[in-house]
Amino acid sequence: MTTVHIGCGAGFSGDRFDAAGPVIADLGRRHGPRFLMFECLAERTLALAQGEKRRDPGRGWSPFLDRYLAPHLGPALAAGVRIVSNLGAANPLGAARRVQALARELGLPPIRVAALEGDDLRETHSDAEIRALPILDGAEVLHQPLLAANAYLGARPVGAALATGAEVVLVGRTTDSALALGPLIDALGWDPADLDRMAAGTLAGHLLECGAQVTGAYFADPGFKDVPDLAHVGFPIAEIAPDGTMTLGKAAGTGGRVDRATVTEQILYEMHDPAAYLTPDCTLDVTALHLAEPETDRVALSGARGHAPPETLKATVCVEDGWLGEAEISYAGPNAYARARLAAEVVGTRLRERNLAPALDIVGAGASHDRGDLARTDARGLPGNGDYRVRAALRAPDRETAALAVEEITALYCSGPAAGGGVRGGTTPQVATASVLVRPEAVTPRITVIGPDGTEAPA
Amino acid sequence: MRLPLHALAHGRSGDKGDVSNVSLIAWRAEAWETLAREVTEADVRALFRHLGATRVTRHDLPNLQAFNFVIEGTLGGGVNRSLGLDRHGKTLSYLLLEMEIEADPALLPAGSPYAPG
Repeated sequence: MTTVHIGCGAGFSGDRFDAAGPVIADLGRRHGPRFLMFECLAERTLALAQGEKRRDPGRGWSPFLDRYLAPHLGPALAAGVRIVSNLGAANPLGAARRVQALARELGLPPIRVAALEGDDLRETHSDAEIRALPILDGAEVLHQPLLAANAYLGARPVGAALATGAEVVLVGRTTDSALALGPLIDALGWDPADLDRMAAGTLAGHLLECGAQVTGAYFADPGFKDVPDLAHVGFPIAEIAPDGTMTLGKAAGTGGRVDRATVTEQILYEMHDPAAYLTPDCTLDVTALHLAEPETDRVALSGARGHAPPETLKATVCVEDGWLGEAEISYAGPNAYARARLAAEVVGTRLRERNLAPALDIVGAGASHDRGDLARTDARGLPGNGDYRVRAALRAPDRETAALAVEEITALYCSGPAAGGGVRGGTTPQVATASVLVRPEAVTPRITVIGPDGTEAPA
Repeated sequence: MRLPLHALAHGRSGDKGDVSNVSLIAWRAEAWETLAREVTEADVRALFRHLGATRVTRHDLPNLQAFNFVIEGTLGGGVNRSLGLDRHGKTLSYLLLEMEIEADPALLPAGSPYAPG
């Protein structure tokens, strides 16, 4: 019986670059079809990549492609592990060419690389046509200048890209779970009409896609949820059987933990209705899922159920959304809270006099849970002496106005309460998103294979 | 006795647009019924109201000893638009875990630092 092994090497575009090492080493000691996925494509990353592609049509793949793949491409190829990743961002074909070049630079044997494109709605739709699509959310920002509009492709085209025999597959916008379900469709010959199998693969992808979040990270709570050697937390590896049952573990010789608690938290992560997690491949239902702990650091899962997928594909539209300015300053020692409170009042007064509406928080006094509400912060009865940090944040259509939050916090050095120090701050351009619905027939996945001799051909 | 949910359960938060979801997972299966009775949609809406919560939906998952709270309106416009320090609402699971309920200390997991005496 064939069991497919899928590891994860990155769970977001800022994840550890060295995490894939132990995963590849572990997969190299296993047999059967083995894959490594890198999930590195946030909405903002894609919007920035689209901007880069507009400036230079030869670029627009993830700026982290070399960082993630250069150390791991050789070991993965040597171990017989195929790589699937959305590092393609706005230009999967450009990324595939870069991977071929990287393999040559590293002196690796010739390889086959496939690119999956077709998710970029702006190749086939005008901006006006995109704005006219049925809107799921974000209608209020859709009139702003468009940066990107990409439909979420499902697992079927990812499986088709792997069916070309490519050792590395680069995609742009697909569902994150397709990075695992695609390999399963390819390796196990699963029928996309078999919705329970699609559900099992979607669940596997959902558990793997955030990397160490299922193996003890975003989890540790000393004394309550202890995690061994979090500094070297191991990334996950799922073993999926042809019947859709699976066992989740982690790379050998690493820190972290895998048990009912870590896996249950990740099952429900970013899920709304647990009976209806929507993807283009199926509607996943986890309400009859069964978990078991057959051995240390391994969890067996069964009972994922699949229902029919939605009739439309979701697309994310990224638009320009002005600027965010934010800055902080510290007050410490006797009467620090009152001095911090006064600093916040000073900045608030001066910005409101210019008809601006800043958020003002005191970090260390509930800024994360009381967001911009100093009255609630006061009511907490915090110690007057301590170490507090005042934060001001401001959104504006233009950078100069947003920068006033930084300017007013900085000015506190000489013009604020006693002994303010440690100012940090800056302005960043903002990207807002809307979700629209597109008919599947309006989106055509396109696969290009770059052969070992460098020739490019559609598949 | 009065116990914070942190004593009886664990959970994590995630975001999609301006909607936060917070899971609540009982350490012991025996505690699930107590949590189901004591942590209602109305309780969670009250707990998150100052952050702008408009609607809370609780999904029950007895198969996972868990609940999933879907909390709308809490993220200050969402990860891309919020002026808040924690734009994703990553810290919000611990706002829920701070909530106190009336529970039998027999429901505490073995070796709990919250155990009386």
